[in-house]
Amino acid sequence: MFKIVKQLTSLVAVFAVLFAFTTETMAAKKSKTLKNTQKKGFVRCGVSQGLPGFSNADAAGNWTGVDVDVCRAVAAAVLGDASKVKFTPLSAKERFTALTSGEIDVLSRNTTWTLSRDADIGLTFVGVNFYDGQGFMVRKNSGINSVNDFKDGISACTNIGTTTELNMRDFFNSKGISYEPVAFEKADEVVAAYDAGRCDTYTTDKSGLAAQRTKMSNPDDHMVLPETISKEPLGPVVRQGDAVWEDIVRWSLNTMIEAEEYGITSANADMMKTSDNPAIKRLVGAEGELGAAFGLDNEWSLRIIKQVGNYGESYERNIAAPGILPDRGPNQLWTKGGILYVPPAR
Amino acid sequence: MKFNIKKIAPQLLTLLFVILVFGFFSYNAQLNMENRGIDFGYGFLSQESSFDVQFSLIEYDGSHSYFRAYLVGLLNTILVSVIGIILATIIGVIVGIARLSSNYLIKNTAAFYVEFFRNIPLLLQIFFWYFAALRALPLPQDTESIMGVFYLTIKGLFIPAFIWENFNIFLYSLIAAAVSIVVIKNYARRKQENEGKQIPVFLISIGLLLILPLLSFLIGGVSLSFEIPVLKKLAKTSYIYEGGVGIPPELIALTLALSLYTATFIAECVRAGIQGVGKGQKEAAASIGLNPNQILKLVVMPQALRIIIPPTTNQYLNLTKNSSLAAAIAYPDLVLVFAGTALMQTGKAIEIVSITMLTYLSLSLSISVLMNWYNKKIAIKEK
Repeated sequence: MFKIVKQLTSLVAVFAVLFAFTTETMAAKKSKTLKNTQKKGFVRCGVSQGLPGFSNADAAGNWTGVDVDVCRAVAAAVLGDASKVKFTPLSAKERFTALTSGEIDVLSRNTTWTLSRDADIGLTFVGVNFYDGQGFMVRKNSGINSVNDFKDGISACTNIGTTTELNMRDFFNSKGISYEPVAFEKADEVVAAYDAGRCDTYTTDKSGLAAQRTKMSNPDDHMVLPETISKEPLGPVVRQGDAVWEDIVRWSLNTMIEAEEYGITSANADMMKTSDNPAIKRLVGAEGELGAAFGLDNEWSLRIIKQVGNYGESYERNIAAPGILPDRGPNQLWTKGGILYVPPAR
Repeated sequence: MKFNIKKIAPQLLTLLFVILVFGFFSYNAQLNMENRGIDFGYGFLSQESSFDVQFSLIEYDGSHSYFRAYLVGLLNTILVSVIGIILATIIGVIVGIARLSSNYLIKNTAAFYVEFFRNIPLLLQIFFWYFAALRALPLPQDTESIMGVFYLTIKGLFIPAFIWENFNIFLYSLIAAAVSIVVIKNYARRKQENEGKQIPVFLISIGLLLILPLLSFLIGGVSLSFEIPVLKKLAKTSYIYEGGVGIPPELIALTLALSLYTATFIAECVRAGIQGVGKGQKEAAASIGLNPNQILKLVVMPQALRIIIPPTTNQYLNLTKNSSLAAAIAYPDLVLVFAGTALMQTGKAIEIVSITMLTYLSLSLSISVLMNWYNKKIAIKEK
């Protein structure tokens, strides 16, 4: 009797394995990255070396931020568990090499989408999770209230390897102002040098300025100037050449944004299965076969919403609540006066 | 000559192995780059760089090419290495000799310095000199001048600029002085060897070095004036010095850290060198009537140098390579400008890293060749 049970269980196991193989769809076969990720059991995600609100590790090594949430959404979709992410902190300089060389599979590190990056160096941008622009921070007591107060000889601290360096040159050149660029490899050193008084101004993306201001020895002594000198659409990036993986990351992000549009939150996602709205039912996997196109099950998007939350929840938790940028500005839904607008999931 | 297969075969196998490994890696890189749509090529070097650099020895701004940016970085690396090597050698020799002093205080201070600085990671020292020292420096508007013309501020050291007229004539006068010193030195040596008479070469040399350039000022039409830095207001609480020459604090911090760190190793080389000369040599020299200065100069140092030079060469190489830590504190060296910003803007990782590696290799080999030449020159010449 016991022997029969044992044989039966092994038989079931064999069938289960066979079944797993047969349900592996064409998409999964085509996507090497997806297959490797599922085999490894975690998503390899490149993040910043510490930018509050976007990707920042606490003392216990837990990463939080809107960029981090994109990777968690991907993990929830492909592995069923948002915590199955291995984060690799990267400097601005290292990030693209880490991605193209295959050290990471998603780069979610406040990275500006530009033509040359998208077309030239083997990368593909999948979307925008934060609309930003470059600005300047100065000391409040400096008497500088606008970029028009800048004078010849001003020194500006910034990071190397960013679009910031290029925008800064365009800006100062167009104003005809001579300036001293002081460019560091890591953001922490930029902050320390500016804080010490090495530079008159600190320039980077405005979200970055707002976040780094919280790290200053006395945040209230500094302010961000009102002008924005560039467009900086920040978003996740993947390697070129794996279209299915690219789609998975793109639609993981889109799911978060669309979920907010339809009012689906981590709390009410399960209840939404019985919604009357077919668009909502599709998003929570109660209707349609949307996951199959990626080689995923039908609850991939439900898991994203349940485990990570919608975009609004992520923004509130990471950026608004800590007081970094309480006003969502352009990063509001298109239905509420912002420019967040994603293609429909259907 | 007999062809010995047993000797040749292992070498051929090794060569084959090396070629295979290189071949595999380059093939793999090529394949991966093709898959990801990355082009390989050095054409980007002539493209406009469109980024500015803080500090440059040659004229440069973003409208110049990436190649020019490479030169800027290379020259900045050479600058910090040369200053560092000179400073480290001076400090190292002084401390090395001080460690052998019979004075308790001098000996132990030197020993403490060596043990302290060589046992702390260099990167930490660079950060220390940059951030700790930076914070201690005053803002430009609060700075007291040093002798009325130097200003040491958090934004750098501002010194007067030299404005020369007919600088080339001044240069010729210096060259003329140098040439005549060499001639006189040779003459003096021959005279001493042949007739035993001594000529005060040192005094004559100093005289020549002073008189010839002075003549160029008096009759050669050379003139020198100074442009003294002036405080300029940028905004209510931000100031900068204008005019004169500004030396960025990044360069100062990096030079300090590199030379203080490397000097400890050089000091140990010097100590080892001097202690390596047999006691009998000094006693013998004293017994034939040489005074202590002559003993050091004619007997001890020539022998000590043979021990000192080879390990010191290593330290020079280390200093040059360590200068690449500059990137951490924003000194625009080769790594920061070229392997940093330029790499990022172009995405040409393999090309730029290979150029950077080759450049450091060439720099190190040049130093090696130079030091080996000097080493050969001072080596024992079998007669």
